[in-house]
Amino acid sequence: MIVIVDYQSSGNPNSIKNMLKHIGLDSKISNTVSDIENADRLILPGIGAFDNGMNNLYRSGLIDLLTQRVIEKGIPVLGICLGMQLFTHKSEEGSIAGLGWIDAETVRFKFNAEMEKTSRIPHMGWNTVDIKHDSKLFKNIVDPRFYFAHSYHVAGVNEADVAATSFYGYEFVSSIIKENIIGVQFHPEKSHKYGMVLLKNFAEYF
Amino acid sequence: MLKPRVIPSLMLKGNRLVKTVKYNGELYIGDPLNAIRIFNEKEVDELIVLDIQASIENRKPSIALIREIASECFMPLCYGGGITSIEDIDQILDSGVEKVAISTCAVENPQFIKTAAAAFGSQSIVISLDVRKEKDGRYEIYTRRGKKRTGWDASSFAQMAQNMGAGEIILNSIDMDGTLQGYDIDLIKSISSIVSIPVIASGGAGKLAHLREAISQGGASAVAVGSMFVLHGKLRAVLISYPSPQELGDITI
Repeated sequence: MIVIVDYQSSGNPNSIKNMLKHIGLDSKISNTVSDIENADRLILPGIGAFDNGMNNLYRSGLIDLLTQRVIEKGIPVLGICLGMQLFTHKSEEGSIAGLGWIDAETVRFKFNAEMEKTSRIPHMGWNTVDIKHDSKLFKNIVDPRFYFAHSYHVAGVNEADVAATSFYGYEFVSSIIKENIIGVQFHPEKSHKYGMVLLKNFAEYF
Repeated sequence: MLKPRVIPSLMLKGNRLVKTVKYNGELYIGDPLNAIRIFNEKEVDELIVLDIQASIENRKPSIALIREIASECFMPLCYGGGITSIEDIDQILDSGVEKVAISTCAVENPQFIKTAAAAFGSQSIVISLDVRKEKDGRYEIYTRRGKKRTGWDASSFAQMAQNMGAGEIILNSIDMDGTLQGYDIDLIKSISSIVSIPVIASGGAGKLAHLREAISQGGASAVAVGSMFVLHGKLRAVLISYPSPQELGDITI
């Protein structure tokens, strides 16, 4: 069973569950210890500010359990948008430490005056991704494009962990994979068939 | 590269899909769920659904219908109409919708934008402005489907909405609505040049060249399209369409 972690910053977990159901995968939106202990895969969604997200995770009381499942037991986890950013050590958006599961940090898009004229923040809309390592996460996705809505992105990732990059003003990391820890900056649950195949791949190959 | 969003914009009157010209004369288009299913199959970038009657009738958003709509949408969905409270927004977002469009309530009580953005984040709060060009060339905001003048100048309100935490602005031209004659580029420019949040141009799209103009000349981040995607030909027959990625290919920000 895939468990979508339910905390105050989950945003719209129903749309993830909805797409999983559409592709024939059972999932549960939950914040209970027993569900998370029994999950064979976890999805950490997230919208809003970094500190809010971490505070809400602390409030949920699930951080130690999640860390134990993901880091010690190797349960595959998919972080979406802010969910992926929370995997990093810290963010320019706030002062609270992140989960630190990935050796990286979260930074705001930095544009010079010329770029600012054309590239508004947030980066919102459909963008393409360049797959950097032959990963099963992007298997069978032809001309991948996904829906993004964010002002911050992950940076300083070990090259080996960069799964994909996208271009907005400059090239930034749009997906990371470090063994069982997978992150995507975009929203697969809002990305038509591209998202469906990606979620299917997550369930099948990780 | 980021592609500008091309967004079908659907108008609801209760459970019926309609289309207007200059906010008048509602033409019945069909069943909203059927249309949304077709747009979903066509893999549209995003979808805007506005209940144009809710505020006028002081009716609450229909959560049951919104739930049904959201379950058919595998793309971002923005819903507007009849929102008057934080509870309304909470219920709509909980139904599986990403963004809410607030119009009447935001114009009548701008402080509501701030409260809503603080509660749900700017990314969920879209302000939808109905604008008419006055004889002296000013752009004024109207509410109640173009019936009620507000005295608000479009650019000053847009700027304030951004400061209050709005995440995006849907900029509807009442004069161009349903005319297929092209967007009001001056209006789009007047807003896109003074706010940094995305502006979604709306009203007037009749051909692909119009979408290009709104983006390249107007500075819009996205375009909303009504009649052009639901009606066909001089007789205005109902036909749902959406350009292919190839046709949209050369439109970039």
